[in-house]
Amino acid sequence: MTQRTQGTKPMDEANGAGQAGPLGQSRPIDVVSLYPKDMNIYGDWGNVLTIRRRLKLYGYEPRIHTYNQGDPWPEQVDMVLGGGGQDSGQEKISDDFFKRADTLRALVADDVPMLMICGMYQLFGEYFETIDGTRLDGIGVFGVYTEGREQRMIGNLVEHSDQFGDIIGYENHSGQTFLRDGVEPLGHVEGEGRGNNGEDGTEGARVHNVIGTYMHGSLLPKNPKISDFLIAAAATRRYGEFRPWQEEGQKAELARIDETAANARRVAASRPR
Amino acid sequence: MPTTKKPWNAFATPTIGKAVRGLSRLLRHGGSAFPGKVVEAIDPGFLARTLGRLPQGVVLVSGTNGKTTTTRMVASMLRDLGLRVFTNPTGSNFTRGVVSALLTEVSAGGRLDADIAVLELDEAYAVHFVKQVKPRYALLLNVMRDQLDRFGEIDNTARLLGHVAEATTGTVVLNREDRRIAALAGLVPEGTQVRYFGLSDDLRSLFPSDDEMHDGETAGQTRADDGASGAAASSVDGAAQSEDAPRPAAGQPQPDAPGSRRQADVVLASAGDHEASFVMDGEEFDTTVRLEGVYNLFNAAAALAVVRAVTGRRGEPGKAGGDADDQALVRAVSRVTPAFGRGEVITVSGTPVELLLVKNPMGFRLSLASFAPGSHETMIVINDEYADGRDMSWLWDVDFTSLRATGVRQVSGVRAWDMALRLEYDGVEVGRVDPDIPAAVRAFVDVDPAVPKHIYCTYTSMLQVRAALGRLTQVADAGVGR
Repeated sequence: MTQRTQGTKPMDEANGAGQAGPLGQSRPIDVVSLYPKDMNIYGDWGNVLTIRRRLKLYGYEPRIHTYNQGDPWPEQVDMVLGGGGQDSGQEKISDDFFKRADTLRALVADDVPMLMICGMYQLFGEYFETIDGTRLDGIGVFGVYTEGREQRMIGNLVEHSDQFGDIIGYENHSGQTFLRDGVEPLGHVEGEGRGNNGEDGTEGARVHNVIGTYMHGSLLPKNPKISDFLIAAAATRRYGEFRPWQEEGQKAELARIDETAANARRVAASRPR
Repeated sequence: MPTTKKPWNAFATPTIGKAVRGLSRLLRHGGSAFPGKVVEAIDPGFLARTLGRLPQGVVLVSGTNGKTTTTRMVASMLRDLGLRVFTNPTGSNFTRGVVSALLTEVSAGGRLDADIAVLELDEAYAVHFVKQVKPRYALLLNVMRDQLDRFGEIDNTARLLGHVAEATTGTVVLNREDRRIAALAGLVPEGTQVRYFGLSDDLRSLFPSDDEMHDGETAGQTRADDGASGAAASSVDGAAQSEDAPRPAAGQPQPDAPGSRRQADVVLASAGDHEASFVMDGEEFDTTVRLEGVYNLFNAAAALAVVRAVTGRRGEPGKAGGDADDQALVRAVSRVTPAFGRGEVITVSGTPVELLLVKNPMGFRLSLASFAPGSHETMIVINDEYADGRDMSWLWDVDFTSLRATGVRQVSGVRAWDMALRLEYDGVEVGRVDPDIPAAVRAFVDVDPAVPKHIYCTYTSMLQVRAALGRLTQVADAGVGR
């Protein structure tokens, strides 16, 4: 199969098109990338790139704030994106993370959309107990807890969600996460040895507008529905509604991206674990 | 180290092993490791016994990136200096592969006609290997995010290499610029020397480590319109000397203290188009090289450092290898040719087509940074077979913005669409997406025959690209056993 793609010149970097609406106002959306220095393994930066590009294509002005330990917390926060990390990364950010716990919990309660991948998903839970019994506390946004196990769950993964359809990505974790009663998973997986804990067929967790998941890939580029959910929630919370202001070029660009993503999804879903 | 007693049948091991090897070839078993498997079962001491007889011992080369090229360089340089060298062929970088390779070389009496062995070993297999054979020299190159689905995490990979450092009896040569590798000095046993290879300050910015991929993101800075991807390179100094070191766990080596610079035995001082200069003992040596890309020149510095250790340069005279002076070592570097897929150039109807193996974010970034854009057409081929790594996440840790100026003419491989999507989000124009590798290669080399071509490929896709090019021209045997 072949496809010709033309005119891929990046609109977002060219002239700032799409940052001003029909009346000339700009509509900023402030996005926090949480601990990119220590919690950004397995390509989770792709999620930030995706949100930035799509915000522009919908006529918003993305403002990406990278927040690392010790940094001042941005005044305006419309979305928070967090990634996976190594154990050493989790330990490093731990102190700072607890200083920000109240702030983060308040933003969650205020319906700020967030995406927490892998290590940050675990830290948004109640606790993580490593294989040798050491307990690392989380901030309890999700009613979930995680236990380290010998067996790593690794591989391509497709999960099913009523809201987002098939979610396509790649999991890689040795922590097994269990949901407390009544906690909503992000999606369901078929077969054993995959998902949150390999046993109960769940993957990820949801609360308010917060998504926790083990899906790398990166997740958002191949799952535009989740990207758009986060964007719509951020815009609605800040501006009362999600209303794209798009010129024809932006519409066409978004359509082309989504077509490429659809092809990438189709192939990824067909690959061995 | 467990010293396995010679089993009664040990005298016959070479003969049996060779017979199995002959048989498996006859039966087209194909796997180069199978005879090794048989020998490991009937005579587990074969490896230690055979390598233990070598007068100059074993040089073990490990790390994420550059093992194959560096092993070739070390072997080629030692041969140039008159040593008889046993080395494992490309791709068989696991213990069984070494046993199989030994079987082809030993006499029926079990003797290896060599002075020294230079062995490339995968990080995990290196640990297995040093339990059987203590290397006299270890060259530890780097730990980078690669095939994490096999080893877990970078810190864990560094721990694996720590076992190699602990087991080495003569000299451990470490990459000064990789803080996880440099920190392994703390594990080297008493009586074993530590040496470093390094980069001049000018060159260090070209070699960001995985840790620095996001250091360009200044604290709390708002980046609304910054065109640079977040993965933009930043100076190495920042991380090597910042508080960035991980909190040491019990029994873990301490990473470098802020501001410290270890004295390197060999420094890559400058790198140009097929030329380089190295500083050794305060003296600078300029040379031409046949290797492509600055990362291969850094590998050459690594090779020089270990060859100097073997030949006793720097105040240890009298070791075999004679009185090889540094000038002779540098001449040996100048003669090293690129390994399969590491900057190999194949000429198709008069147009040079350069194959560049990419297998992890940093390798890909270094490859991209090694060539000025605009002078060539680019094709990228991404497969996701086991040898490539199934996880496509790594593509998102490569900064492709340097390709914006020229675009990418052709994208191919099983995961062509993942690659196209990645380029899309970096604003790089994509000419054509075609997962069918032979068709894509044909179309690509047909474009403007006057312009040189670069093809970036993952491991298995490189084999297919090479085969496709082979049908268009005469390509030498790849020389890999699979």
